Amino acid sequence: MDPILTKYVREPHAYTLDSYLRHEGYEGLRKALAMKPEQVIDVVKASGLKGRGGAGFPAGMKWQFVVKDTPRPKYIVCNADESEPGTFKDHLLMERNPHLLFEGCLIACHAIGAKVAYIYIRGEFLHVQEVLEQQLEEAYTKGYVGKNVMGLGFDCEIHIHRGAGAYEAGEETALLESLEGRRAQPRLKPPFPAIAGLYGSPTAVNNVETLCNVPSIMRNGAEWYAALGPEKNGGPKLYCISGHVQRPGVYEASMKMTLRELIFDVAGGVRDGRALKAVIPGGSSVPILLPHQLDIEASFDGVAKAGSLLGSAGIIVLDDTTCMVWLAENLLRFYRHESCGKCTPCREGTQWVLSILEKIERGEGEMKDLALLENVAGLIAGKTLCAFGDAAATPALTTLKNFRAEYEAHVREGRCTVPAPWRRRRTATVHAH
Amino acid sequence: MTFHPKIDYRELHRSKRHMPFDDGIPFVYTPENRDRLEVIARRYPPDPAGRRSAILPALYLVQRQIGYVSLSAIQQVASAIGCTPADVEDVVSFYTMFYTRPMGKYVVQVCRTLPCALRGAERVTEELMDALGTGPSGTDPSGNFTLMEVECLGACDRAPLVMVNDSWHECLGPEDAKTLAADLLARGEDALTGCHHQAPDRGKG
Repeated sequence: MDPILTKYVREPHAYTLDSYLRHEGYEGLRKALAMKPEQVIDVVKASGLKGRGGAGFPAGMKWQFVVKDTPRPKYIVCNADESEPGTFKDHLLMERNPHLLFEGCLIACHAIGAKVAYIYIRGEFLHVQEVLEQQLEEAYTKGYVGKNVMGLGFDCEIHIHRGAGAYEAGEETALLESLEGRRAQPRLKPPFPAIAGLYGSPTAVNNVETLCNVPSIMRNGAEWYAALGPEKNGGPKLYCISGHVQRPGVYEASMKMTLRELIFDVAGGVRDGRALKAVIPGGSSVPILLPHQLDIEASFDGVAKAGSLLGSAGIIVLDDTTCMVWLAENLLRFYRHESCGKCTPCREGTQWVLSILEKIERGEGEMKDLALLENVAGLIAGKTLCAFGDAAATPALTTLKNFRAEYEAHVREGRCTVPAPWRRRRTATVHAH
Repeated sequence: MTFHPKIDYRELHRSKRHMPFDDGIPFVYTPENRDRLEVIARRYPPDPAGRRSAILPALYLVQRQIGYVSLSAIQQVASAIGCTPADVEDVVSFYTMFYTRPMGKYVVQVCRTLPCALRGAERVTEELMDALGTGPSGTDPSGNFTLMEVECLGACDRAPLVMVNDSWHECLGPEDAKTLAADLLARGEDALTGCHHQAPDRGKG
């Protein structure tokens, strides 16, 4: 498949308005503005565009749920808080193709009847934000954003809002809380943002890559888009491949591609001629797949059928030097640090799961700890306001399920049985996060 | 963090790390920063709820001005926004990018999450600790360097990743970490080259 979202990103001036306009830039918006908002939503629904943030929810449906009959303003909020470990696609899109995102925001605003879009970008992406701000200013000056867009009588503002370091801000209601100047903690749903979102107004929250798909749908039509991928998984997909591969990177492909092709053909396979041990196919929050499970379509439905999730398409490749207890411990340290503290099972549970994993990895574990680990992790999953709880429970549960023997070997031998040269050489210092 | 009685609450509770630091110096925004805050506040609806959205930008302006968020600055932000100091402290204590005490001149942040760790981030931290004379998280005696381990920065294809102040150093293996530390010690700010592997080659593999 010919790349669509990233076709020109390697050209030196790809991020400029001039370059964007040379490649049919803002033509999707022109077509959308000639249509009624409901028609735009119908086209996006027909295209089958699924949200690229992790949940894979159909974008057209999300827009359709936004309450129409209201005296309140409506908002588009772009989730650019990309922080799922192993995910770095929005980073590339915003840095190299910012106008594609602006165009997507504008079309989305037209579709739901919003006059303002906020792009919530994670605080660490300062260098990306600088590109966005500079290009947004250019777009305002040249009349592509602001009053009377392209002389077509459409008014729409785009603003950039910088986050400050919180994984939880990637959850849509927590993002809205953060945008409203509060702690990034999730809200009780319902009401969903489509009814009461930003400042209590109807809001649609969309991921960067989702919005970046919209202009090409407008330009080329729903059928063209749907045909790019397998059934119900239309369009191009950005895959972030990291870990022990030869060529880590962002790759655009059709979801007809299999996971094995992505890892071995596209990313060059496992580095240093080592053997593949396991793959995390959709960011750190999803269950592990084993080498024999990779001949599946790398689509939302294909990966789900194999018992995992495509999530944010952050494919983390693990070679045979990776200790699975260490891996779970590493990820739990992340989840303990990022737990927002609102729900007790997650706030307390992440600490306890981490403590047990540390104990086993240090070689002080007992066999009964394995059952305890399963028990505590199981007490987090499904018992929290947002999906963070399920995500935090996954690393321990999935490694236990697939690599129980490795846990048992740690306990039996009283040490880590899979040491690797790339790990720390000194005893780990326990630090309070 | 946890409230369990067997775990020392004072060690783990976020507010221990984020307790606002009273440096005894009254904070005042520079006129430019105060104007900038008003420009930013106009992005949000012109009502108290909208104005509150400017808390994060207001705190960033404080941090850019004095390097961290002091107790006095929290009060100033509250009066500029029109909320209570408790509202501001609530926000400051939550987000990892706001510092509540003076940091080293160079804040060196090593990404420690899985994709970076798989490519040697733990070794990078060890090399930097030795070279800069800090703990795994802490400031060296001269006050020049603060080393921190942080969670996923979102450039896992360029792992391991180290952020020095706002400048990213990508594909930084343990050996390169030594060079970076030596460079920082010898040349200071000039050693900060920003993103090493910036696009256009980003994603080329």
